[in-house]
Amino acid sequence: MVIVTLSFYLFAFTAVASAILVVLSRNPVHSVLWLILTFFSAAALFVLLGAEFIAMLMLIVYVGAVAVLFLFVVMMLNVDFAELRGSVSSYLPLGLAIGLILLLELGIVFGNWIFADNAPALRAAITPMPEDIQNTVALGQILYTDYVFMFQTAGLILFVAMIGAIVLTMRHRPNVKRQSIVEQIYRDPKDAYEMKDVKPGQGI
Amino acid sequence: MIGLEHYLTVAAALFVIGIFGIFLNRKNIIIILMSVELMLLAVNINFVAFSSYLGDMVGQVFTLFILTVAAAEAAIGLAILVVFFRNRGAIDVEDVNAMKG
Repeated sequence: MVIVTLSFYLFAFTAVASAILVVLSRNPVHSVLWLILTFFSAAALFVLLGAEFIAMLMLIVYVGAVAVLFLFVVMMLNVDFAELRGSVSSYLPLGLAIGLILLLELGIVFGNWIFADNAPALRAAITPMPEDIQNTVALGQILYTDYVFMFQTAGLILFVAMIGAIVLTMRHRPNVKRQSIVEQIYRDPKDAYEMKDVKPGQGI
Repeated sequence: MIGLEHYLTVAAALFVIGIFGIFLNRKNIIIILMSVELMLLAVNINFVAFSSYLGDMVGQVFTLFILTVAAAEAAIGLAILVVFFRNRGAIDVEDVNAMKG
């Protein structure tokens, strides 16, 4: 139990500290790397909560796909990031004020949080004991039965996002020469070259 | 045993940091997108914490869908950013109203 408590505080502290560094970093590449650390710590917190599948999904989807996509875009775009940071200080007081107020409100809400008396009776899918059914199996058993429509919808959302991203970023460049195999095959040798009878010493 | 409030506190801190990041980096849209990801992460932590402490799997299922939407949002957002950069040569958020049709 001591190890669980210690690792909770370790990962919680790492998550919050690296999240602050995401926001404050001057270099966006460093921001992305801190974001990856935040996701790793959050995945560890999920493992502590007993949601192993979500934790691994976090690593695969967020670290493996989203963060790498961010890194890719940051490195691909040749942006002068120093210029973008010019007006940081003018928004700092407003941001701090709103952040503190929100933190206070969330603290008030969570400080007085209790489960309703009938909350356990209202559970839609009771978590089985990990000794009987593992987390991944239990999740699959309800995801592919009770929530199969939403699962399909999630797939559709990803599909639409993929098509949207391709359509947005594809561009036709008219001056680029590409290989046309049909044109190559149908090329006639008679049009491709002609024979000239060159007299010695005269040229064409 | 770690209480539910501890996880909720971490999530609240991450959410507030995300909002703070949006205010702090008003011009840099890449950091704004990362802040949005942080806020979604905070929501996910809330969902999984409640799911774990209540013993209800639905919270984890919902987290799965949030993850999907977050991935789609990041992909589309960055695609728009790339197109915007190609057209304008800069990613200043204050010029974004040039995208009006």
